[in-house]
Amino acid sequence: MIAYFISLLIIGMSICWAEWTLGRYAGRFGVHSSPAMFAVLIRKPWAKYLGVLGIIIPIGIYMYYVYIEAWCLGYAVSYLTGDLGRPGVDAGQHFANFVGATKDGFAIGFSLKQVGIFVIAVYFLNFFLIYRGLARGIELFCKFAMPSLIVIAIIILIRVLTLGSPVEGKPELSVLNGLGFMWNPGEVAQQLKNPQLWMAAAGQIFFSLSVGFGIIATYASYLTDKDDVVLSGLTATAANEFCEVGLGGLITLPAGFMFLGAAGLVGQGTFGLGFSVLPIVFSHMPFGAFFGFLFFFLLFLAAVTSSLSMLQPGIAFLEEALSIRRRESVAILVFLTGMGSMFVWYFSQDLKALDTIDFWVGTFMIFIQGSLMIILFGWVVGIEKGFQEAHRGANIRIPGFFRPIMKYVAPAYLAVIFVLWVLFNLLGWNGQFTGAEFNPTGYVLDLIGSPTVPPSTVARLSVGIMILVAVFMLVITSIAGNRWDNLSTHKQEGNQ
Amino acid sequence: MTTGGWITMIVSVGFVTSLLTWCIYKVMTTSGEAEKMHGFEFETPDEKEEHRDRRPTNHQP
Repeated sequence: MIAYFISLLIIGMSICWAEWTLGRYAGRFGVHSSPAMFAVLIRKPWAKYLGVLGIIIPIGIYMYYVYIEAWCLGYAVSYLTGDLGRPGVDAGQHFANFVGATKDGFAIGFSLKQVGIFVIAVYFLNFFLIYRGLARGIELFCKFAMPSLIVIAIIILIRVLTLGSPVEGKPELSVLNGLGFMWNPGEVAQQLKNPQLWMAAAGQIFFSLSVGFGIIATYASYLTDKDDVVLSGLTATAANEFCEVGLGGLITLPAGFMFLGAAGLVGQGTFGLGFSVLPIVFSHMPFGAFFGFLFFFLLFLAAVTSSLSMLQPGIAFLEEALSIRRRESVAILVFLTGMGSMFVWYFSQDLKALDTIDFWVGTFMIFIQGSLMIILFGWVVGIEKGFQEAHRGANIRIPGFFRPIMKYVAPAYLAVIFVLWVLFNLLGWNGQFTGAEFNPTGYVLDLIGSPTVPPSTVARLSVGIMILVAVFMLVITSIAGNRWDNLSTHKQEGNQ
Repeated sequence: MTTGGWITMIVSVGFVTSLLTWCIYKVMTTSGEAEKMHGFEFETPDEKEEHRDRRPTNHQP
């Protein structure tokens, strides 16, 4: 947790405020998409191509996010139909069957026990909402749904903390040991020397706060000077942290330990843990089926709001770059993300396609985009001007010690973490300088293969799809490039 | 659960809970702040324009 909170302070808060500020600042030039923002802020012809990451990331994540959204809706329905919530259901097996993790193409089924029908429903719901502009209603609804989700989470938390030792004959799998599994610090000094720990903490912060996605900057570009980006950014961060640390940290892992034991948690992916463990908790609760339905349905609504937000950077980009209307922009995105989502949906065995895109887009690219944003804030716009922009309309001040953090510490920290991440998580360095060995990790071997294991076709296709999306976006950026370059020049001349 | 575990848990959960409480307090009590706060607003200006264009007009020939 020490590494986690240091990462939150150094990179989480820094990038969060940088994105809010840069987005609003670029919005004054009349641009709302990441490539255009980079073009007008850096004022170099090549800059716009850097900004393409801010389009590829939300589109890439959207492609698998709607699939996970469909799991949430499907689980809610499973509680209604009684497939979940009754005694004796093997939650892990149910998850594997439901999402089609056993075999490619297995998820393309349209009974209520398979995810297929929910994928279709969720996909069309997303585009219906964003196309018809009914999303405002969703936002209004979520004003009630999100607090409800937190109330439900608190009820689940109370149940988890009062479970005692739920597995008969295994008193060691208790609440206190579950909490200890999550919170006991161990050998702190030794752990803090482990670069893997810092990399995991940084990666978690990126995903928790949605920084480095390119979404915050687009939405911030619609704000005015009267809006308070400092308190908005801090409140969003605080709410995310409360849900993750205050609720998630006390529920999922401790509950997983109580039912599965430490050994049982090994190899459980992030997604698998929530969808496999929480149903077990619900089965030990009074009115468990009701709470299970409510929890997954509210989670589905929360996910819808997130996925809708992932579409806006792409929509804004296509509108600006091609000078087309919103409807046409949405139509292009329907086709593009539809192809990607169908790919993830079909290649569901071991969730390989989802996992590959999540790794390369949801981890690798986010690191780069986050680094670009903080460098843009501290070194291109300039730290003094950046702070001045951030404080327009703000009722609270960013503490002064964030000046050196945002200018020097955060970029250096990100650079070190990124180099270590490449060395350890991609190249599989053994951490030794003398007798150094490199054994590329699974994600790399999936692409290049090894003498003993052939490359994974699905992983290669997943990366190929993302490369195609990138090329498509780069071509469009190139078409729009001159206009954006001129825009920044004219604005610059106008300011003189 | 060791003493270190208790301390880590209480400090971590206490910190994030206090921070969120303070933020909500600040938003609710600072004059005009609640009106200025923005979450993810889905009806962006381009969407508003689209709505305006779709609205039927009553122009007489």
